[in-house]
Amino acid sequence: MIKAVMVMNTQGKTRLAKFYEYLPVEKQQELLRGVFAVLCSRAENVSNFIDAESIFGPDSRLVYKHFATLYFVFVFDSSENELAVLDLIQVFVETLDRCFKNVCELDVVFNYSKVHTILDEMIFGGQVVETSSSEIMKAVEEISKLEAASNAITLIPKSASGWRSR
Amino acid sequence: MGSQGGFYQSKEFLDLVKSIGEARSKAEEDRIVLGEIDTLKRRISEPDIPKRKMKEYIIRLVYVEMLGHDASFGYIHAVKMTHDDSLLVKRTGYLAVTLFLNEDHDLIILIVNTIQKDLKSDNYLVVCAALNAVCKLINEETIPAVLPQVVELLAHPKEAVRKKAIMALHRFYQKSPSSVSHLVSNFRKRLCDNDPGVMGATLCPLFDLITIDVNSYKDLVISFVSILKQVAERRLPKAYDYHQMPAPFIQIKLLKILALLGSGDKQASENMYTVVGDIFRKCDSSSNIGNAVLYECICCVSSIYPNPKLLESAADAISRFLKSDSHNLRYMGIDALGRLIKISPEIAEQHQLAVIDCLEDPDDTLKRKTFELLYKMTKSTNVEVIVDRMIDYTISINDNHYKTEIASRCVELAEQFAPSNQWFIQTMNKVFEHAGDLVNIKVAHNLMRLIAEGFGEDDDTADSQLRSSAVDSYLHILGEPKLPSVFLQVICWVLGEYGTADGKYSASFITGKLCDVAEAYSNDETVKAYAVTALMKIYAFEIAAGRKVDMLPECQSLMEEFLASHSTDLQQRAYELQAVIGLDAHAVESIMPSDASCEDIEVDKALSFLNGYIQDSIEKGAQPYIPESERSGMLNISKFRNQDHHEASSHGLRFEAYELPKQTVQSRIPPASLASTELVPVPEPMYVSESYPTTTVSSASSDAGSTELKLRLDGVQKKWGRQTHSPATSTSSTTSQKTVNGITQVDGSNTSNSRTRETYESRKQQVEITPEKQKLAASLFGGSSKTEKKPATGHKISKSSSYMVEKSHVPKSSMEIASEKKAPIQQPPDLLDFGEPTVQSNAPSVDPFKELEGLLEPTTEVAAAKNHSSTAAATKSPDIMGLYTETPAGIHNKDDGDILSGLSNPPGTHMLGGTTRTQVAQSSKGPNLKDSLQKDALVRQMGVTPSSPNPILFKDLLG
Repeated sequence: MIKAVMVMNTQGKTRLAKFYEYLPVEKQQELLRGVFAVLCSRAENVSNFIDAESIFGPDSRLVYKHFATLYFVFVFDSSENELAVLDLIQVFVETLDRCFKNVCELDVVFNYSKVHTILDEMIFGGQVVETSSSEIMKAVEEISKLEAASNAITLIPKSASGWRSR
Repeated sequence: MGSQGGFYQSKEFLDLVKSIGEARSKAEEDRIVLGEIDTLKRRISEPDIPKRKMKEYIIRLVYVEMLGHDASFGYIHAVKMTHDDSLLVKRTGYLAVTLFLNEDHDLIILIVNTIQKDLKSDNYLVVCAALNAVCKLINEETIPAVLPQVVELLAHPKEAVRKKAIMALHRFYQKSPSSVSHLVSNFRKRLCDNDPGVMGATLCPLFDLITIDVNSYKDLVISFVSILKQVAERRLPKAYDYHQMPAPFIQIKLLKILALLGSGDKQASENMYTVVGDIFRKCDSSSNIGNAVLYECICCVSSIYPNPKLLESAADAISRFLKSDSHNLRYMGIDALGRLIKISPEIAEQHQLAVIDCLEDPDDTLKRKTFELLYKMTKSTNVEVIVDRMIDYTISINDNHYKTEIASRCVELAEQFAPSNQWFIQTMNKVFEHAGDLVNIKVAHNLMRLIAEGFGEDDDTADSQLRSSAVDSYLHILGEPKLPSVFLQVICWVLGEYGTADGKYSASFITGKLCDVAEAYSNDETVKAYAVTALMKIYAFEIAAGRKVDMLPECQSLMEEFLASHSTDLQQRAYELQAVIGLDAHAVESIMPSDASCEDIEVDKALSFLNGYIQDSIEKGAQPYIPESERSGMLNISKFRNQDHHEASSHGLRFEAYELPKQTVQSRIPPASLASTELVPVPEPMYVSESYPTTTVSSASSDAGSTELKLRLDGVQKKWGRQTHSPATSTSSTTSQKTVNGITQVDGSNTSNSRTRETYESRKQQVEITPEKQKLAASLFGGSSKTEKKPATGHKISKSSSYMVEKSHVPKSSMEIASEKKAPIQQPPDLLDFGEPTVQSNAPSVDPFKELEGLLEPTTEVAAAKNHSSTAAATKSPDIMGLYTETPAGIHNKDDGDILSGLSNPPGTHMLGGTTRTQVAQSSKGPNLKDSLQKDALVRQMGVTPSSPNPILFKDLLG
């Protein structure tokens, strides 16, 4: 199963952290720091896999992918395939990209709950439930539509509607 | 589209994110976040906050907690939000609680009711949100509260809900298998779901179930194979294609499951050969995901009953991986190679150079994987090269976790395959030197034991050679500046025991060295203790040999220091040393016999040697000892204490306050070293007063458990046993007690190893001329054919010999399969011919899915019903229905295409094939100035000016 999903920028700031097994906040921070320390010491043009046993305990692997200013990190156990997880990251980022159009770090920061929604459509309780980017998009759009229908009038500030119509 | 996630947030939040983004130090960031927490604390408890505001506060709380600060003051508000009617607010509430709370949190009790209600909601999004919370927040006790609803949802019309319900059930199964064991059949049912997404999701729990119990799922082999076949034949909706691969993630899961089911099962494996071979050929090895599937095929092939043809394809795929430039692929190649060499060890030879390249690669991950491979293929012929490499690597890294692991592997390999004693000692020296304090202390004890016993051959000269070579090397190593404590302990022990044994070094030389050690590592008491004991042994041997002992001045000053040491253990040892030096040769020899560390020490549990003494005492009027069980009415303090102790343990709660008795009992059972220090200065008469309580305690404790009993005896033995002997061997006795079962092990490996040594050397000479790399390759891989013929010796079959066994068996058996398989494989050539997919999909006379349908009646009815429904319905939602139709694949595909083109699709691209989609995506990629400028402008409009250090925030991720 997938143990954790993290998104952090190249300066070590966490942009998203989701742990599928409960961990106290301090432990989460420790892991995030540990992961970042390993990531920033990696050279370019090396593999995307890291042996994560020293950080996450036995039977854990880590796959990361570097996009512009962000690291996308998935931690999982032996029941997943490293290359496939690499592509799962790709699916995740592609979905984000479709959702936000040319997704950038700022989108992830400000649309925190939306990014979570996307992730929840992909990974549920630590298992990969959906791997088709278009299926995920469909679900997310439907959620957005319904949410908007019940809240649009009261919730969206004027300044954001311009953003929406793009 | 997509812009839904606009900036709902207020300027405050934007400012917060911005200022955190620009914080120059962690301290500054903390200060900002703490300020934010204060604000939130104040605001959140204000009355009548509008929902929109509240939602934002909660999101800000989540953000604060993500940065590592405590947000627990707001948890209750998040819980409250889950009760809200508005979908958006409710979802935010659920999101927050799943991130904040764990299943054992006190607030969960407030949520369970809401979850129950929401699971019954008409709005499927509410149900999904609740299911999400179920996964994270329901524990074993609360499972029954939601279980009925979750089971009901398995038949929900929305596939998204079914999918999540399955996952929730799976989660329950993980948390408490017993609570849902009666529902496991639901997973089988859902395997036949109409929606490929649901089917794919079902594979996750099935994988777990099959991992636990393979045999109850053997009947599903045919179904899995036929699903895999259909997936590979692109019968799933196009939406599941990824980079032109048909549903690769589902293929991977299926291959994993097949690998489990086919492991060691010839019959089941035979069903899989065709489809796996099929995938091998179809896989596109140019894309990442194609290689992921290929890798999974290799894993599957190496797990199921071997088939020569598939093994060949697997070997081909591996060589492609290894030849690739991508580190990822080489990593997978090495991993796959490690799996395959278990079945066909000879394939490693083709890839020697690639493996060595990986070993020398700067990428650490790859390097480690390669070491793992080498570890798996170590034999007595290549152990020297591999262990040397490993040690070199240990020296170069700082990661303690991995250092420990690789050091213990070195030790393991060295113990199993050591070609010679000298090499073994030298290797161990290196391991200790570089990873010393990380090595398990047992390894040190093993080494001492090994040196003491020799390799178990009845050849005393070899043993003494081993010892003198050990002494030589240790004396040499002592020159090094900083040595790890564990290693020093070994050195001291060996020098004490064998330093003067061969007469090469004088006692004063060795003692001088030992004194140096004790002085140089004056803050390590264990090492000092070892050193003192070693000194005592050397002096004892000298006295026993009839030579006069002159204590070196530095040794004397050291002893004076130790006599006044704060450590009672050191004091004890120093006093003992003084006492031993004062004795005559005969006494010393019986106390401290030379080279006796391996003699078994018999423990006289009855303390029979005291019988005479007790007899005397009784005659003088002392009371006889009455065992505790017979002491009923006697008012004995220690007995009361014991009672207290027992009661306390039986009714924990009531007597919790009375911890004290426990402590006194413990203090009466002092650890061995303490016991012996107590003893030495004690004059004879004290024994009378001591003897009674001690014996009562020991008998009382005999009910307490065997471990305690053992502990106690150590102390007793030191008090009453062969008095001065015990402290001296206190270090060695631990090892010598362990030896008994270990001897044979060392035995076996050694006999075989010393033989292989010769062939290895002759081989080495041959290779010498070739370039360095080839030499390395040859030493790693070359020897394999030679070892094969060697008979396995020793009954602890070492790795090499188990390889041999496999080697000699597997090829034979796979030949059998080959001959068996030949006929069936060639009979239906169309099955294997993948050049014409349309023909092939028509070929099977019986639709494999028909067989699958037999699995379950109700769903098949649904499926059949759907079958007759219009194609228009099929297109509306991507439907696995296509699987069930018996139309030839070619026509079906055409249909699909038509429908797709006719379908109006707002996002526009996603129903098209993988290529077009990615192309579109890529074409819109690149530094899209206009977009970032627009975003930038918007942020400015919001009143936040991104200052210069921050513009990277706008950098396009995929650009």
